[in-house]
Amino acid sequence: MTAPTATVTPGITRPATRRSYPTAWWGMAVVIMTEAMIFAILLASYLFLRAASKQWPLGDIEVPTLKFALPFSFVLWGSSIPIFWAEASIRNGHVGRMKAGLAISFVMGLSFFFFTLYDFNELHFGWRTNAYGSIYYTIVGLHALHVFLGLGINVVVQIKAWLGRYDRGRYASAEVFFLYWHFVDVVWLAVFPIVFLSPHIR
Amino acid sequence: MAIAEAPSVSESEVGELWEDAPGLPGFFSTVDHKRIGMRYIYTCFFFFFVAGLMALVMRAQLATPNAKVLGPQLYNELFTMHGVTMIFLFNTPVLAGFGNYLIPLQIGTRDMAFPRLNAFSYWVFLLGGIFMYSSFLFGMPDGGWFGYVPLVSKTFSPGLNIDFWGLGIVFTGLSTTVGSINFIVTIFKLRAPGMSLNRMPIFVWSMLVFSFMAIFAVPAVTLATGLNELDRLFGTAFFVPALGGSVLLYQHLFWFWGHPEVYILFVPATGMISQIVPTFSGRPLSGYLWVAGSLVTVGFISFGVWVHHMFATGMPPVAMAFFSGVSLIITLPSGVQFFAWIATMWKGRVRLTTPMLFAIGFLLIFLLGGITGVMVAVLPFDWQVTDSYFVVAHFHYVLNGAVVFPIFGAIYYWMPKMTGRMLSEKLGKLSFWVMFVGFNITFFPMHILGFLGMPRRIYTYDNGLGWGGLNAMVSIGSAIFGLGTAITLFNWVWSRRRGEIVGDDPWDADSLEWSTTSPPPHYNFAAIPLVASRHPLWDQRPLPFAESGDEPDTSGLGIEGAIERETPVTSGIDTRPEGNLEIPHETYLPFVLALGIAVLFVGLLVQAIVVGVAGVALAVMATLWWAWRTEEDLPPPEIEPHAPVGKAHPDTAHTAVTADAAAAPGEVTE
Amino acid sequence: MLNGRAGEANRVAGVWWLMFAMATVVYVVVAAFIVIAVVRGRKKKRSEGAASAGGDSGPKDDTFIWFGGIIAPVLILGVLAVVTVNTTEVLRKPQQNELLIQVTGKRWWWDIRYPADKVTTADEIHIPVGRPIDIELTSDNVIHSFWVPQLAGKVDTIPGQVNHLRLKAIDPGTYRGECAEYCGIEHAHMSFTVIADTPVDFDRWMTRRRGIAGLAPTSDEMAQGQLVFTREACAGCHTVKGTQATGTVGPDLSDFGSRRSIASLTVANTSANLSRWIADPESIKPGNLMPPTALSDADRAAVVAYLEGLK
Repeated sequence: MTAPTATVTPGITRPATRRSYPTAWWGMAVVIMTEAMIFAILLASYLFLRAASKQWPLGDIEVPTLKFALPFSFVLWGSSIPIFWAEASIRNGHVGRMKAGLAISFVMGLSFFFFTLYDFNELHFGWRTNAYGSIYYTIVGLHALHVFLGLGINVVVQIKAWLGRYDRGRYASAEVFFLYWHFVDVVWLAVFPIVFLSPHIR
Repeated sequence: MAIAEAPSVSESEVGELWEDAPGLPGFFSTVDHKRIGMRYIYTCFFFFFVAGLMALVMRAQLATPNAKVLGPQLYNELFTMHGVTMIFLFNTPVLAGFGNYLIPLQIGTRDMAFPRLNAFSYWVFLLGGIFMYSSFLFGMPDGGWFGYVPLVSKTFSPGLNIDFWGLGIVFTGLSTTVGSINFIVTIFKLRAPGMSLNRMPIFVWSMLVFSFMAIFAVPAVTLATGLNELDRLFGTAFFVPALGGSVLLYQHLFWFWGHPEVYILFVPATGMISQIVPTFSGRPLSGYLWVAGSLVTVGFISFGVWVHHMFATGMPPVAMAFFSGVSLIITLPSGVQFFAWIATMWKGRVRLTTPMLFAIGFLLIFLLGGITGVMVAVLPFDWQVTDSYFVVAHFHYVLNGAVVFPIFGAIYYWMPKMTGRMLSEKLGKLSFWVMFVGFNITFFPMHILGFLGMPRRIYTYDNGLGWGGLNAMVSIGSAIFGLGTAITLFNWVWSRRRGEIVGDDPWDADSLEWSTTSPPPHYNFAAIPLVASRHPLWDQRPLPFAESGDEPDTSGLGIEGAIERETPVTSGIDTRPEGNLEIPHETYLPFVLALGIAVLFVGLLVQAIVVGVAGVALAVMATLWWAWRTEEDLPPPEIEPHAPVGKAHPDTAHTAVTADAAAAPGEVTE
Repeated sequence: MLNGRAGEANRVAGVWWLMFAMATVVYVVVAAFIVIAVVRGRKKKRSEGAASAGGDSGPKDDTFIWFGGIIAPVLILGVLAVVTVNTTEVLRKPQQNELLIQVTGKRWWWDIRYPADKVTTADEIHIPVGRPIDIELTSDNVIHSFWVPQLAGKVDTIPGQVNHLRLKAIDPGTYRGECAEYCGIEHAHMSFTVIADTPVDFDRWMTRRRGIAGLAPTSDEMAQGQLVFTREACAGCHTVKGTQATGTVGPDLSDFGSRRSIASLTVANTSANLSRWIADPESIKPGNLMPPTALSDADRAAVVAYLEGLK
C-alpha cells in the first residue's frame, strides 16, 4: 500500500459550537417517523376503503358530528402551547414553570381523552358493524391510546420534576416527552380532517 | 488536543466496569453490542438450518410425481414456515446481527447509542422466533408466508395456526423497528471525529438505508397482519368484502412492506460486497459516491414498486403500467453498483480468498436474478410467470443467491475479527464451490418448470406433465447446496477451536474495525480513532487516536472514556464532539420487557384476558423502571452546558478551518 | 407457456424471446467483464496496482459506471418499456362478438357458466376456436388464480371483485389450466381443462346442454341411480339439471359423464374411480370438502352408472 498518508487536521476533535439534542431525543424522533407511518398507512387505508365503497360511511351510519369534535380538537392542538412554554422554561432552569406547563397540558390532553371516550360511547355502531366502523374505531382509538400514553408519561415527568431530578442541564427525558406530545397533536392534524371532515364532502 | 499513538488500557484500569457478570446472570443482562451481535448471528443461523432442512424435506416430496413423503397439510405448513423463517427469522435479523457487531466498530465508537434497546430487540426477536415455532406443537401456520386474506381469515383458517403467524410477524417487526432506530441514531450520533458521512464505510451506509427503509416499511406489514388479527380475534371487518372490507387492501399493505423488504435484505448484502471486493482488490471501491447514492436511491424507489406483486389482480392497466415502469427503473442503481464492483476488480489486484469467491459467486448469481427481475417487471410477461416456478427461481436467485452468498462471504470475512481465529480457507473454498454448483442445479431448472406451467406451492404433481425430470434435478441440487452450507457450519465449529490465530488486520482491509484487536476488547477502542480518510487503515499510517480533552464535550475521546465507560457523541454531519454517552451497565430490564410483551402475545393468541393483562403489567412495570433511570441521575456536568456559543469557543476561526476539512474529505482520498 | 395456442400467449412468448435474446447478451457480456476483471486482477504483481490513488491505467472508474451502469441499461429498459405498454394495450382490450364465460374459483374446483345459454358445468371449459372469449372471473371464498399457460397469462379470482381475461384460441386442442394462487390445502389439485373446439363441435356441445330438461336416464340402473342421488345427501350439494338435485355447494353434475376427470383433474373419470371417490373422497384428494357418502354397494353402483351416463 503506497498510498499518500492523509494527515489529521489538528482540531478535528474540537467540540461542536452548538449544543444539540440528546441521543434519546433523536431516538424519539425516529420512533415518531415510524409512528407517523403507521397513521399515514391507516389513513390511506381509510381512503382506500372509501374509494372502494359506493357510499360512505357504509350502511346507515351517519357522518361524524362536529359539535364536540371540533372544539376538543382545538383543545388538543392548544395543549402543545404550554409544552412549548415548559420547554423554554426548563432550558432556562425554571423547573416550577415547567411543572405548571406540564399540568396545563395534562388537563387539556385529559379533556380531549374524555371527549374520545364520550364520542365512542355516543356512536350507534361498533367496530364489528362494518369496515367503516372498524377503521373509524382503529384510527381514533389508536390515537386515543397515544394520548393516554402521553398523559402517563406527562405524570412521570411531573413526578420526576417534583423529586428534583431536573435542572438547567439535565432534562433529557422531559425533552423526549415534549417531542412525543407535539407528535400526538400533529397527528390529529391529519386524522381530524380525514376521519371527521372528509365524510361531509361527497 | 494532541494525537496519541496506539493507546491501550490495562485491565486493572477498566477493571470489572466492562466485564459482564459470569454465567447466566451475565447472559440475560448483557448490553455489549458484540455479544448481542454474535447472538443474533448464532440464532439466525440456527433458524437458517432449520428452514433449510424444511426445504430439503419439501424437495424430497417433489422429487417424484405423486410422491407420498408429505401430506398436503404438512407440506403447506413447511413451505409457509420455510418462507417465514427465512425472511423474518434469518435474513432480516442476521443482517441486523452483523450491523450490531460491525457498526460501532466501523464508525469507531464503544457501543450502540441505546445498548439496552439493543438487548431488547434481540430478546424480542428470539422470543418472537420461539413464539412462532411453538406452533409446532399445535399446527404450524399454513397460509403461505404472505398469507393472503381471505385464506387466512377466521372463516377459512379457523385454527390457531394463522394466529401464530400473524402475531409472530407483528412481534418480530417490533424487533426490526427497535433495531433500526438504534442503528440510525448510532450512525448519526456516534461516529468517530472526522468520519463525515462521505467517509463512512459502504456497509454503514447500507445499514443506514436498511434502517430507514425498515422504519417506513415495517408499519405496513404490522398493520396488514395486525388488522387481520383484529378481524380474526375481535371480529372487525377490514378484509371482509360482505361488510365493505377489501381483500386487496391487505395485498397493498403487505406488499408496501414486502417489496421494500426485498431491498431491506439486499442493500446490506451489497454493502458487505462493497467491503469485501475492495479489500481483496487491494484498492478503494470505484465510484464510492455512486454506490452510496445508489443505495439511497434504491431505498426511495423501492417504495414505488409494490404493485408489481399484484399484476394479476385485475387493476386498471394505466396504474399497472406505471408500476411496471418504476420496476424497470429500479434496476438502474443496481447496475451502477454492479459496474462499480467490476471496475474495482478490473483495476485492482484480486486475491481469490473465500470471501472474495462468495462475492464473485454473488455477482454471477445476482446478475441472473436481476435480469429475471427486469423480465417480471414487464407486465404481460409477468401475467404468465407470476406465481409459477419461474418466480420461485427468480426470488431464490435474489434472496438466496444475492443475500445468502454475501452473508456467507461476510462470515468468512469477519469471523477472524469476531473470534480471533481464521476459518479454514480450504474448507471455505470447498464450501463455496459446492454451494455455487448446488445452487445453480437447484434453482436454474425452476425457470424452465415455470415455463412448463408448474404453479408454485403445489405439494404434488401428476405423472405425464413432463415436470418429473427437472424436479428430480432440483431436488438433487438442493441436497448439494445443503451439503455446501453444512461444510461451512462444520468449518465454523472446527475453526472456533482450531483455527489459526490472527492479528488485528489479517486481510489488509481499510476500515476501522480492523484497527482494534481480534476479537475486540469490550470497549472496542481504548481511545477513539481520528479519521481523515475513507480508508483510514490504508491512508493514515499510523492511525492516530484521540486524547481526552479537558472540556466535558471531549473527555470521552481518549482512554479516560474507556475507563469511565462512556463514548463520545458527535454532531450528525461534521462529527464534532458534543458530549459523552454513558454506556449503561448490564441489566435484566430489556429481557423482562421483552418477556412481558411475549406474555401479552400469548394472551392474545389464546384469548385469555388475564394473561394479556399480566403481560401488559409486566411490560409497563419494566418500562417505568427503565424510564426512571435516565441521564438525569448522572452527576451534573461540571461546566455550564448552555454557555453562549462565542464564550465557550472564542477561537471561531480555527473551528471554521477544521469544519472545511471535514466537509471536503474527498480531496484527501482521491 | 411458450408453446402457445392463442394469440395472447403467443404475444407474450414473443416478448419472452426478445427478452431472452437481450438477457443472453447482457449476461454473457457482463459475466465476461466479471471474469476478465478477476483474471486481469489476478495476474497483476504485488507492485502493480493496489494503490489507492494514481498508478492506474486503462478506463477510468466512472467510465465503467456510466456505460455499464447507466447508458446500456437505460437503452435496454427503454425497449422493454415500449414493448410492455404496446403488449398490455393489445391484450386487455374488449372486442366485438365476445363469448362471455363466467368462472368462479371454488375450494378446490372451478364453477363454469355460459350465461347466454344458461349452461353450467365444472372444471372443463369448452371454447370455440377463432372467437374472442371474455372470461369473467370471481370468487365467493378465497383468492384463486386462473391460468392456462398455453392460452394466456393469469388473472386472479377475488371475492368482492369481478376480473376479466380475454383470449382467442387459434388451434383446436385440449389445454391444461391450473390454479396459480395458493388457496389452501388442495391448491395442488385445482386444475382444469380448456377444450378449444371447432365452431361446429362447440355448437354441438352447447346444444346438447342448452335444454332446460337436462339429460334423462337411459337405463333402469341409471333411473335407480337418479333416485338414490336425489334421495341421499348428494342432492344437498350438487345440481343435476332437470331433477330435484339443486344443491349449490359442490360442482354441477349435469353433464358429468362427459367430463374427463374427477375432482379437478385429480384422477381420470372412470367408474372405479368415481365409486372410490363417493365412498372415500379423502383417499383421492386429502383435505377436500366432500364428505364420504355411505351407500350400499348396489346403490353406489347405481349412482355411478347414473352419473357416468350423463353425457
